[in-house]
Amino acid sequence: MKWKHKDLLDLENLTAEEIKHILQTAIPMKEILRRPIKKLPTLRGKSVVLLFYEPSTRTRTSFESAAKILGADTTNFSVVQSSVNKGESLLDTAKTLQAMNVDLVIVRHSSSGSAEFLADVLNAGVINGGDGQHAHPTQALLDYFTIQDRLGSFEGKKIVIVGDILHSRVARSNVLGLKKLGAEVALVGPPTLLPPEMSYLGVKTSHDLDRELPGADVVMALRLQLERQQSGLFPSIREYSKLYGLNQERIQRTEKDTIVMHPGPMNRGVEIASDLADSVQSVIEEQVTNGVAVRMALIYLLIGGGVAHVVD
Amino acid sequence: MEGTPKNRIMDEDGIRRAISRISHEIVEKNKGTENLVLVGIRTRGVPLAERIQKRIAEFENVLLPIGLLDITLYRDDLSTIDVQPVIHETKVSFSLEGKTVILVDDVLFTGRTARAALDALIDLGRPQKIQLAVLIDRGHRELPIRADYVGKNVPTSRREIISVCLEETDRNEEVLLLEKTTS
Repeated sequence: MKWKHKDLLDLENLTAEEIKHILQTAIPMKEILRRPIKKLPTLRGKSVVLLFYEPSTRTRTSFESAAKILGADTTNFSVVQSSVNKGESLLDTAKTLQAMNVDLVIVRHSSSGSAEFLADVLNAGVINGGDGQHAHPTQALLDYFTIQDRLGSFEGKKIVIVGDILHSRVARSNVLGLKKLGAEVALVGPPTLLPPEMSYLGVKTSHDLDRELPGADVVMALRLQLERQQSGLFPSIREYSKLYGLNQERIQRTEKDTIVMHPGPMNRGVEIASDLADSVQSVIEEQVTNGVAVRMALIYLLIGGGVAHVVD
Repeated sequence: MEGTPKNRIMDEDGIRRAISRISHEIVEKNKGTENLVLVGIRTRGVPLAERIQKRIAEFENVLLPIGLLDITLYRDDLSTIDVQPVIHETKVSFSLEGKTVILVDDVLFTGRTARAALDALIDLGRPQKIQLAVLIDRGHRELPIRADYVGKNVPTSRREIISVCLEETDRNEEVLLLEKTTS
């Protein structure tokens, strides 16, 4: 299969076949992570810039490891030390990166659409590492890899995503791809965090977790941003946890060997109980490992070939 | 790669005899099978390594460990070739430390695949020795690399193509010499 995208901004413009190609490429990458010498010459001489306008340790570290294992050089362009604080616009930052001839930019920004803006002005490839409430495609891809690894396929599998759907780019990206891959998705959350307009995503929505659990192959808890409580979106953390928190007892309702996922970082005891997070059903640590493998696959696909970049 | 067939270099019997001879040479040169392991280079080095493993098992009663190597990520031409190659899994489930590795491939040509395979192997551990076994050596080396075991030396021109077909990968069994069709 010929890879024809310069950037990865969202899963919306990828076909099911392209998503599967990324997942397929991540399998040999995962093998490399198990080696004693985790270093390849593949991207020697390529430069990757990590442009992070929002604090992120996990995603940034994961991308950085992925690029380094493949042999690329990485540069951190993070908000605290950079001229961004001096008021430089995203456009000027982009022009600076362009002038430095970088090959790939990984961007995280609090504004939706910022990754697309960069992709339009840069010749370099752009990977969206999370933009506002819009998309976080690599998180979704690593989730698919984990599901495929555990369940073998997506067709007819029931996947429940529970939590703050409204503010979650993880949920939005996940739904887009899971539908393409043929999974059955149900979104669950309190009415304030899962308002009726979320039905535009085209999947089932519900406010009753216990009713959605039976038959679920995967249950994914989203991180609850605790500051949302202060803005009055739910009455108390205790109540949220009681209605939507995952625990050992509740997960029994699926009556299956359900796998439990969480994009991290977890609020233990809020959206997921500690004993469940550390149980055999939990694949949360595996998600982290798979994240590096999937990001390696993507970086390879975007800048590993020599063909002049095709603009999509 | 497309081409018009010119010559049949090996048939089924020819391939079988070459594998048989290489298998004997490997054991003879290494004075037995101690510390020997086989590593096939994907794609066609893998079935060839399996055949050598089977043949050695027949006359030495020892089943050598076998691994498979995908060298895509070690190629030096990734930035110049048109279609990005698909990466497959490398599977070497044993330690290479102190082992004599017999690297197996179908054709030795420029030597660049062998060079990439050597780098890939060394990243997996530190073998005592690495030896190279190929079914066909067609010349035109671009690097100082040679094979320790050769099924057949075939002088070729650069305009010619060697096509190795194996039952496991191609459903027939022969080695053909083709003339490159200029398009």
